Amino acid sequence: MLIPVLAMHIPDGFLSLPVAAVGWLLLIILIGIALRQTRRQLGERQIPLMGILAAFVFAAQMINFPVAGGTSGHLLGALLIAVLLGPWATVLVMTCVIGVQGLLFQDGGLTALGFNVVNMGIISGFVGYAVYTLVRRGMGRTFRGQWIGAALGAWLGVVIASAACALELAASGTSPLSIAFPAMVGVHALIGVGEALITVAALTFIRRTRPDLLGTTATVAAKGWGWIAAGLLIALAITFASPLADRNPDGLDRVATDHGFVSLEQAPPYKLLPNYTVPFIPEAGVTTIAAGIIGVLVVAGAGYGVARVAGRKADDPAKLPASEG
Amino acid sequence: MIRERYQAGDGYLYRLDARVKVVLTLLLIVGVMLTPERAWPAYPLLWALLGSLAVISRLSAWRLTRLGGLALPFTLAAAALPFTMPGHPLIALAGLTVSDTGLARFLSILLKSWLAVQAALLLALTTPFTDLLWALASLHLPETLIAIIGFMYRYLYTLSDEAQRLLRARASRSARLPDQRAGGGLIWRARSAGGMVGSLFLRSYERSERVYAAMLSRGYAGRIRSLDPLPLTGKALLDGALPICVLILIESAALLWWAK
Repeated sequence: MLIPVLAMHIPDGFLSLPVAAVGWLLLIILIGIALRQTRRQLGERQIPLMGILAAFVFAAQMINFPVAGGTSGHLLGALLIAVLLGPWATVLVMTCVIGVQGLLFQDGGLTALGFNVVNMGIISGFVGYAVYTLVRRGMGRTFRGQWIGAALGAWLGVVIASAACALELAASGTSPLSIAFPAMVGVHALIGVGEALITVAALTFIRRTRPDLLGTTATVAAKGWGWIAAGLLIALAITFASPLADRNPDGLDRVATDHGFVSLEQAPPYKLLPNYTVPFIPEAGVTTIAAGIIGVLVVAGAGYGVARVAGRKADDPAKLPASEG
Repeated sequence: MIRERYQAGDGYLYRLDARVKVVLTLLLIVGVMLTPERAWPAYPLLWALLGSLAVISRLSAWRLTRLGGLALPFTLAAAALPFTMPGHPLIALAGLTVSDTGLARFLSILLKSWLAVQAALLLALTTPFTDLLWALASLHLPETLIAIIGFMYRYLYTLSDEAQRLLRARASRSARLPDQRAGGGLIWRARSAGGMVGSLFLRSYERSERVYAAMLSRGYAGRIRSLDPLPLTGKALLDGALPICVLILIESAALLWWAK
């Protein structure tokens, strides 16, 4: 019972029509680019591959693992597909997965389909792929770099996607951001850990059985500065936009006023940025923005830093398998 | 197990041209979403419209009504509204006040989600997937996407059976003694689930290689060939027009008179 709530499939009715239209517009543009890109890179043999892997994502979401207290986690899969097929093919695969879930099984709405795909397929795939590529660049092409990158990427991808979901709900006036944001992001910070564990374990298994499959995409990943920039920009944009999108920013304040909490409010013991204001941004938003940006940068920076240090020892080109060269 | 919602039947929606049906469904959902928040009379009318579409398609309207609750768990996402939106206080509930505007918004979201799911169900319950795919193709969805969705649907059940076999194998190896905990910690469990995902991936990947080889040997040259779409008859359009007219009537009444 808990899973449909925690999952990010937004049903119809929860996004206002203008917000839903923005989602569809984004989706159409991105699919257009993805179709051009995959046609250039992959060729016609990839069509059965992408179709069957879309069915794979669908089936893999049935493989649950018990987490705690009767809840169980399962894979969302965007990063796994991005690592194996590249990010543009992921756009197409995830569009088909989420589209069929909505059309056939009413898992997620049809007007909300645009943002459902953008959140779960594209944002989580792109952001995750950016982190993955960043770490891989830092660590050379070792397997350790691959799995650290995949773990951080899978986690951040899920978390940023849930932040985007909270943002869309708030922009639709469905849920005040001050409640939706911490609830969604908090829960998905845990779900993301499950995603990271399963993604890494699946990659380990694939690496042992068919190392050639990971070898071919490594060459694609090697020239990924554009991806790193794009993915991190998306992550930053979403955290930055969070406090601005709220149509009902003082939701919690009203609860507080009703309760007389306001009088209990105390001055903070210290001020990090006294009288700090940025034009167009309500002051209360600044902390959220700053926290978000710092969070994203810390994850990316830590990944890259760890990768550099750990990679220096292992970054020996002689160790590369021939297929990656 | 995944089970398709479509079941063979006969009736209005079953006979309606799939292209018209897709457009009708989308219009119904958009209509539901367009309904102003407080146009309360519109909701039972929309429900009656969906229900009568079900009845003339010989589906149970009650079953549709019940299945409409599929998305209700997500309502949690909007549950804070009655307490946080400013407005006239109505009732005090466990120390929190419920405002009228917040409650109205919350109820309208609930009703809209329930109605929209029913509209989507009408399409899913009465349309075989191949027809749906064909309709989407003739409504100009990109060819590549149609091909991918076609393959996905074709192997959906094969691969979910594979997943079921993996799950059964794990369950049969995870016997538990009454007084002992089974299995290792979280990491251990995640590793076994991840191994299953990896194994399923390889089976899928290798299947796609075999499928591609089989397609090549049958003369595949980069395009999936299909029959030309049938011409859209005037009768099909006329059949679809009636519910759309009713929808337009309800929505205009809602926008003009009830939205206060």
